[in-house]
Amino acid sequence: MTPLVSTGKRIPDYLNAAYGLKSWLFTTDHKRIALLYMASVTMFFFLGGLMAVLIRLELVTPQGDLVEPDVYNRLFTMHGIIMVFFFLIPAIPATLGNFLIPIMIGAKDLAFPRINLGSWYVYNAGGLFTMYSILNGGVDTGWTFYTPFSTTFSNTYVLATGLGIFITGFSSIMTGLNFLVTIHRMRAPGLTWFRLPLFVWAHYATSIIMLLGTPVLAITVLLVALERSFHIGVFDPAYGGDPILFQHLFWFYSHPAVYIMVLPAMGVISELITCFARKRVFGYRFIAYSSVAIAVLGFLVWGHHMFTTGQSIYASTIFSVLSMLVAVPSAIKVFNWTATLYRGSISWDTPMLYALGFIGLFTIGGLTGVMLATLGIDIHVHDTYFVVAHFHYIMVGGTIMGYLGGIHFWWPKITGRMYPAFWSKFAAITIFIGFNLTFFPQFILGYMGMPRRYHAYPDEWQVLNVMSSAGASILGVGYLIPMIYLAWSMRYGPRAEANPWGAVGLEWEIQSPPTAHNFETEPVVDKEAYAYTAEQGYVPPTKEAEFV
Amino acid sequence: MANHDHDTPHITGLGTYFAVFGALMVLTAATVFVAFQDLGMMNNVVALGIATLKAVLVLWFFMHLGHATTFTRVAMASTLFFFFLLLAFLFGDTLTRDLLDVPGRVIEL
Ligand SMILES: [Cu+2]
Repeated sequence: MTPLVSTGKRIPDYLNAAYGLKSWLFTTDHKRIALLYMASVTMFFFLGGLMAVLIRLELVTPQGDLVEPDVYNRLFTMHGIIMVFFFLIPAIPATLGNFLIPIMIGAKDLAFPRINLGSWYVYNAGGLFTMYSILNGGVDTGWTFYTPFSTTFSNTYVLATGLGIFITGFSSIMTGLNFLVTIHRMRAPGLTWFRLPLFVWAHYATSIIMLLGTPVLAITVLLVALERSFHIGVFDPAYGGDPILFQHLFWFYSHPAVYIMVLPAMGVISELITCFARKRVFGYRFIAYSSVAIAVLGFLVWGHHMFTTGQSIYASTIFSVLSMLVAVPSAIKVFNWTATLYRGSISWDTPMLYALGFIGLFTIGGLTGVMLATLGIDIHVHDTYFVVAHFHYIMVGGTIMGYLGGIHFWWPKITGRMYPAFWSKFAAITIFIGFNLTFFPQFILGYMGMPRRYHAYPDEWQVLNVMSSAGASILGVGYLIPMIYLAWSMRYGPRAEANPWGAVGLEWEIQSPPTAHNFETEPVVDKEAYAYTAEQGYVPPTKEAEFV
Repeated sequence: MANHDHDTPHITGLGTYFAVFGALMVLTAATVFVAFQDLGMMNNVVALGIATLKAVLVLWFFMHLGHATTFTRVAMASTLFFFFLLLAFLFGDTLTRDLLDVPGRVIEL
């Protein structure tokens, strides 16, 4: 725990433990692998963002005048594929999760360090196949690869992209497996399940989904490839197949995948809210169990993507009810975070701005999700911009706000440097404004009936579309500012102390940046998570808060 | 895996492995054989039944589920449970799709 050894010499931190490219490419240190992942996902984020810029530029005018319709199809497809599979899914688990889970549980590394490194290579191998298909013109099926278009009619690079997703899926499985085994087997003495930080609980639930869901996606993609190449007759009605079967298999993974994206962000938010309200979390066990409840229930709602297909009305009714049910554990979290804020001594540091932004945006995204789960409403707004706005509120407003909040919270720990407070707050507010300006008009557009995935639209929808595109440019600037000051901070930022936020947690008890083995002596845990004390501005829990 | 909990890991004899391998080969031959028989409705049932039996043998002996801790078995069982849920909800759709009489729709059974 102490950064000093008996000789009084400082042990080099993990960044200075070894030098040279090889020391990074062959590292098995979970902290370095987290940084490798961070570099990769950031690259894909800006690549996917570039496609979004082109999409929003095309939609400034009602006429399809910037790109060909065919190119537009490829743009929104590649935007979705890159953002979902190569950014949102690995973003928090593979970077913050990778860096923090071993430290938070008092371990020296993950259970399988080489599998961890391997997962990064597998991820990039999948990325290369996808890049190959982009450079050759991309795919035009939408990120959902619906059959029979993807199996029979599309003449774009479905196979190469599918293979890329198939391969990248394995990196997700490797990460999930690593987390599950690590959390089960490597917790420090005294660190019982209900003393774990909620960040760890959230990643535990995420890992379950990664392990149970991803193989189904792999098989589905494989079946599309076989159908396309050999017409095996699984999905293509011309050969006796059922195209709706594809949607069942695809969404069996892809709805839970939304929780792979958002659960880790929820874990981040639990850490941020408690630290910047200086309070123990309200209803610890409820938040912990609700993560697991989301992971399990999340597998039973996929049919809500298929209300307008030929899906049986009986199945649709059950899926509708279950979809509303899965909102309950999410709501529990939102209520508990809000209750944690109540009578807390709140500070407005940058990570907290992201956390508060997350709560608001995620709530809007979640409640519109309940609207979409309602059969009658869904028939009206299915495949419109209402859906687009809804899932961007979850994925961008939820996951990316959580990711950025987490990056800003643990940046001093990861790099040992601080970043400028003014610019980081400015960027957080810019992102919040830009985000809402981009996506709120899309709710209205969708309600008025503007379908998604069209490159042209009637004149009367131009004002709202221009608002959305203007918001997107503000959002883009908001994302670029952190790139600049964080890059600056890595080299010139003031040195960070071990615990710049005065936060509670094992990661804040070791030096910044940590040494290669995190802990020089094995830590022993004798208190609950979030045990903020009176000196730190601790506010005694209210009577209601005592019952859990 | 879970055997590492104990000081003396359980060791399965080589003979068991060869016996299981032999059984898998026999079952594979059976799969090929029934593929050429027309059992009507039972075609899929028999083929999947044999495949399931083979999978159980692999899990139990080759993947050491037979000597695993309860926790490992629960983990395995829960994956099967989720697979069952996938099938249950999927057939919940396909088997009830045509139950509702929609005017103009021709129902083929
Ligand atoms: Cu869904």
